[in-house]
Amino acid sequence: MKLKTTLLGATCALAMASAAYAERGADGEVKLTFPQAVSIMNPYLSGGTKDIWASSMVLEPMAGVDPEGNLVTKLATEIPTLENGGISADMTSITWKLQPGLLWSDGSPITADDAVFTAAYCMDPAGGCAQATKFEGVASVEAVDPSTVKVTFTGPKPNPYTAFVGSLSPLLQKAQFADCLGAAAPTCTDANNMPIGAGPFMVTGFTVNDTVSMAANPNYRDPAKPAFATAVIKGGGDAEGSARAVMETGEFDYAWNTQIPPDSQASMSADGKGQFVVAFGTLVERIEMNTTDPSADLPEGERATAKHPHPILSDIKVRTALSKAIDRSILVEVGYGEGGKPTCNVIPGPAAWASDNEGCIAQDLEGAKVLLDEAGWKDTDGDGIRDKDGKKLSILYQTTVNPIRQDFQALIKDWWGEIGVETELKAIDPGVFFGGDPGSPDTFQKFYADVEMYANNSDSPDPEVYLGQYQCKNAPRPETQWQGENINRFCDPAYDALIAELSTATDVPKRQEIAKKLNDMVTKDSMTVIPLVHRGTLSAHSNALGGVMINAWDSELWNVADWFRVK
Amino acid sequence: MLTFTLRRLLLAIPTLLVISLVIFLLVDLAPGSPMSEIPLTVPPDVRQRMIEALGADQPVFFRYFLWLRQFFWVEPATLFDSWFGTSLAGDEQRILSWQSRSPVFTIIGQRIPQTLTVIGTAYLVAVLIALPIGIYSAYRQYSFFDQAGTLFAMIGFSVPTFFSGTLFIIIFAVWLGWFPTKYDTQLSVTDWPSFLERVRQMVLPVMTLALANAAAISRYMRSSMLDNMGMDYVRTARAKGMPEKTVILKHVLRNSLIPVVTVIALGIPSIFGGAIITENLFGVNGIGAALIGAIHANDIPMVQTLAFIFAILIVLFNLIADVLYGLLDPRIRYD
Amino acid sequence: MTDHGAASSRPISHNRAVWQQFRSHKGALFGLVILGLLTLAVLIGPLIWVPDKLTVAEAIKLKNQGPSLRFPLGTDQLGRDMLSRMMLAGRISLAVGFVAMIIAIVFGTFIGVIAGYYRKLDGPLMRLTDMFLALPLVPLLLVLVVLFRDRVAGLLGPELGAFLLIVFAIGITSWMQAARIVRGEVLTLKEREYVLAARSIGTAPRRIIWRHILPNVISPVMVAATLGVAEAIITESVLSFLGLGFPPDFPTWGRLLFDALSYMQVYPERVIWPGLAISLTVLSVNFIGDGLRDALDPRIRGR
Repeated sequence: MKLKTTLLGATCALAMASAAYAERGADGEVKLTFPQAVSIMNPYLSGGTKDIWASSMVLEPMAGVDPEGNLVTKLATEIPTLENGGISADMTSITWKLQPGLLWSDGSPITADDAVFTAAYCMDPAGGCAQATKFEGVASVEAVDPSTVKVTFTGPKPNPYTAFVGSLSPLLQKAQFADCLGAAAPTCTDANNMPIGAGPFMVTGFTVNDTVSMAANPNYRDPAKPAFATAVIKGGGDAEGSARAVMETGEFDYAWNTQIPPDSQASMSADGKGQFVVAFGTLVERIEMNTTDPSADLPEGERATAKHPHPILSDIKVRTALSKAIDRSILVEVGYGEGGKPTCNVIPGPAAWASDNEGCIAQDLEGAKVLLDEAGWKDTDGDGIRDKDGKKLSILYQTTVNPIRQDFQALIKDWWGEIGVETELKAIDPGVFFGGDPGSPDTFQKFYADVEMYANNSDSPDPEVYLGQYQCKNAPRPETQWQGENINRFCDPAYDALIAELSTATDVPKRQEIAKKLNDMVTKDSMTVIPLVHRGTLSAHSNALGGVMINAWDSELWNVADWFRVK
Repeated sequence: MLTFTLRRLLLAIPTLLVISLVIFLLVDLAPGSPMSEIPLTVPPDVRQRMIEALGADQPVFFRYFLWLRQFFWVEPATLFDSWFGTSLAGDEQRILSWQSRSPVFTIIGQRIPQTLTVIGTAYLVAVLIALPIGIYSAYRQYSFFDQAGTLFAMIGFSVPTFFSGTLFIIIFAVWLGWFPTKYDTQLSVTDWPSFLERVRQMVLPVMTLALANAAAISRYMRSSMLDNMGMDYVRTARAKGMPEKTVILKHVLRNSLIPVVTVIALGIPSIFGGAIITENLFGVNGIGAALIGAIHANDIPMVQTLAFIFAILIVLFNLIADVLYGLLDPRIRYD
Repeated sequence: MTDHGAASSRPISHNRAVWQQFRSHKGALFGLVILGLLTLAVLIGPLIWVPDKLTVAEAIKLKNQGPSLRFPLGTDQLGRDMLSRMMLAGRISLAVGFVAMIIAIVFGTFIGVIAGYYRKLDGPLMRLTDMFLALPLVPLLLVLVVLFRDRVAGLLGPELGAFLLIVFAIGITSWMQAARIVRGEVLTLKEREYVLAARSIGTAPRRIIWRHILPNVISPVMVAATLGVAEAIITESVLSFLGLGFPPDFPTWGRLLFDALSYMQVYPERVIWPGLAISLTVLSVNFIGDGLRDALDPRIRGR
């Protein structure tokens, strides 16, 4: 009997040997490297992706999102839905139940009070919470009993999985952060840098903008995990250096954001020590068309506003021609390799939400030329550049300083040159471009150029907030201190009406249909946004690290508890 | 000399205040915002509230005077408290970095050891290499050694550190595997093996920096030596039958060292702010990397504090260089 | 500083004597030749070597090739000919390097001489130098660019505007080193006997500076100048990296070097060409500087 059990046990062990059947802490240390160092371990005070990913190893939410875009439970017992009564019938509230016996890393029990406190922490107007959108529309959060949290919204919310869902909204320990509400939030340095969490690891050491040292959480809910006893995140350097440290020297196990040229990717993979992994979310590199006139001849305050439509780009034929001249497959080949796909959609995924829109992928130079002829732009003076009524077809094309973007600029400038468009290129420091400083003429909101290129993505698989950017009221203009997300100053009442419909639609297939329609309205119907490349997040991990499942919808380190050392 | 020093020290105070104001206004005027590193998914109203929480939307002069108060009163008081257990500073807010919400001086404290060990050692090594090369090159002008030394110097300062550093990494860390590519800041030196490990990690960054610095110093040394070798007193000393070694090393060297020493003294502040690329490349978390990171993130309190400390060092070492110059060269008269 | 050649049998002009001394310095000649070749290459090269204008599709097929007869230095990741890019880039780099260095040297020497000679101005001027040294370079450049770029571009066009702005920006941020060196030398020179003698016969300060001080300051200035050229070219590449340089379609050696860093392991030659070009330029300028210093020093000449 004993022998049989032992043999059975041995077979089981062997069978699961490649799975994460290890004792907690049996596999030593896992080393991660980020090209940008971690500044703070509190995702509510930092919007930076590196900080959020790092803190996701320590802090956990009620539920997260898996690589397919589906919700998975973390601290909650199950995902609340209409069917199981977790979401109220009128969709104004959602109730989360904590798993029994959950403990913080310092041994104290996790209760619903912690969730209530976390909500108060982020919703405090003086706190400057970076994830305030997660708690938007929340009227109250109450502890029904020590393990049940009820979130009530101000109105029916078709997508109630915002608060406490995802690595952007984890639970904080009330006892630790009690004195850190509101304006006091930034002063609690110890709490911000070494938060007590429910995740697989806990912080043992933190040097700002350098290294985070962690150890396995002795009170983690799964006693057999994490397989690693300690973890280290080292930051700094560049993407090449990080990739090299994993793929060639083997000093590190995991490198996040290793955006290196395709040839380098190929040569590093050939070494055989590690592999690149890509996850495709909604990140789309695109060219935005300015529907207003950015000319320097116009007075400040009227420049690049709806008062003056764009003299060249107001014609949809011109916009279409510019898009047709671009060969997206070459762009992907040159810039991203395996880490990108050509796309015509602003919402390229998940599959159920993506419109069937492939028409722009094939390059069509002749078609572009015909369109420009039709639009009245002909080369009358033989200098190779089209003109009309004495005005040259000249475009100012700006983007940030980034080698891949500069390569794209060079290629697109040549293509546009082949169809008779003159292009002037400009590259701006990302800190200025994305800074939103109303006094600077180079921000992407001010858009003092004809077209600009950058990448944007949706926070969650449900793109309601993301598509809401293109409403008329969100156009940056002097009245709003040049803040606003509708960069193109796109204004279509039909679009705004559809957005309003989306915000009340509760049936998921209906939402998907509306989203597809909205996507088409800004892309193939109006050519206001010219999507180029669907970019994936590219990271590298050593072949000695197992269990990695890269995830575009939540933290890349969402399943770090399941990682193990490959023997 | 003493009155000169005192006068300079007194003059330094208003100078530094003016410099601090100029830096503050400059950094404030420069376009960019602390929100530039926040993903685009964060909407404008949330960004606005984040800016308000940082205190970044206050008027310029209000922030300047707040910073002055924090730098000259709150921070020293906090230091005093930590040494002597008093509570002078009380609950007053310290200078906080906008990027990490940590106190700036905590960050500086974490980084000074790395800067001094790696960058300081590199500078020391550079000086130790450069002086002999410069001396011998001048002594044997146009010889093979001189040409080789010149070539070495040429390579040293014509090759940018981001190139030479990356080259060293690829050759020595990737191909040969002798040294690590990233500096392990968590390594604590407790015994001989860990000390050796620390040295192993320092080799590549020190080599990169020392090469660049040594080149410049050796050129100055050589140039200065050549100037002095043609002097009459050298001819006299040789005519008197003094051994060549004494002539060169005792008389010429001492006089040649004067401008070189000032160049070296003036280069010391650059230890703190100048080795930005090297620090970034090798992951040495020093002050230079902190400064450039803060500038990119438009983290004004950090930039202001670091730049001001840097200014203090420059003014201080400028004074030291001038005093040294006056002490070493009897021909200089300041009064 | 007049005819020291009066002592020899046949009086030769000052300039002739300098040239003869210069010529005897092998390194200086070498430097002159190399620099001349480089300058010639970048000025005339693009006129002679004109690669075919390819469409993007054709060019992409030729990307990342090694050296061949058609592309002596190979092609880059977009299929562009590296040789013609290097030559065009050289024009801009050399121009930036020299003009920026000249601005820095002129300004620095001016400040250094005034500070060294006039005691009253020494303090404030040196504090001004300190302030410039303490200013963080990047915000300073950002502010300059923001304040002046559009105005200058409006007047002179985008390329010339960018060139002037960059050259000015590099110049006014690198003069401090030269100023300090010059000031140190002037302080020493001021106490020399011939200066005291000149002062005692009532020579005006300006004349003393021009005839006695400046020529003897040349030596350390030469060293600073040669270092300045390299620094200017490299600073320009760092500026391009930060987006403060030329528009992206204007290659410079520094930019080519920086762009090639990400490909260094796979295509190392792309880093070597611009690196070599920068190094050769600095090498030749330095040797020329050496030769000039020796040639202009009356004590070495005639030996």
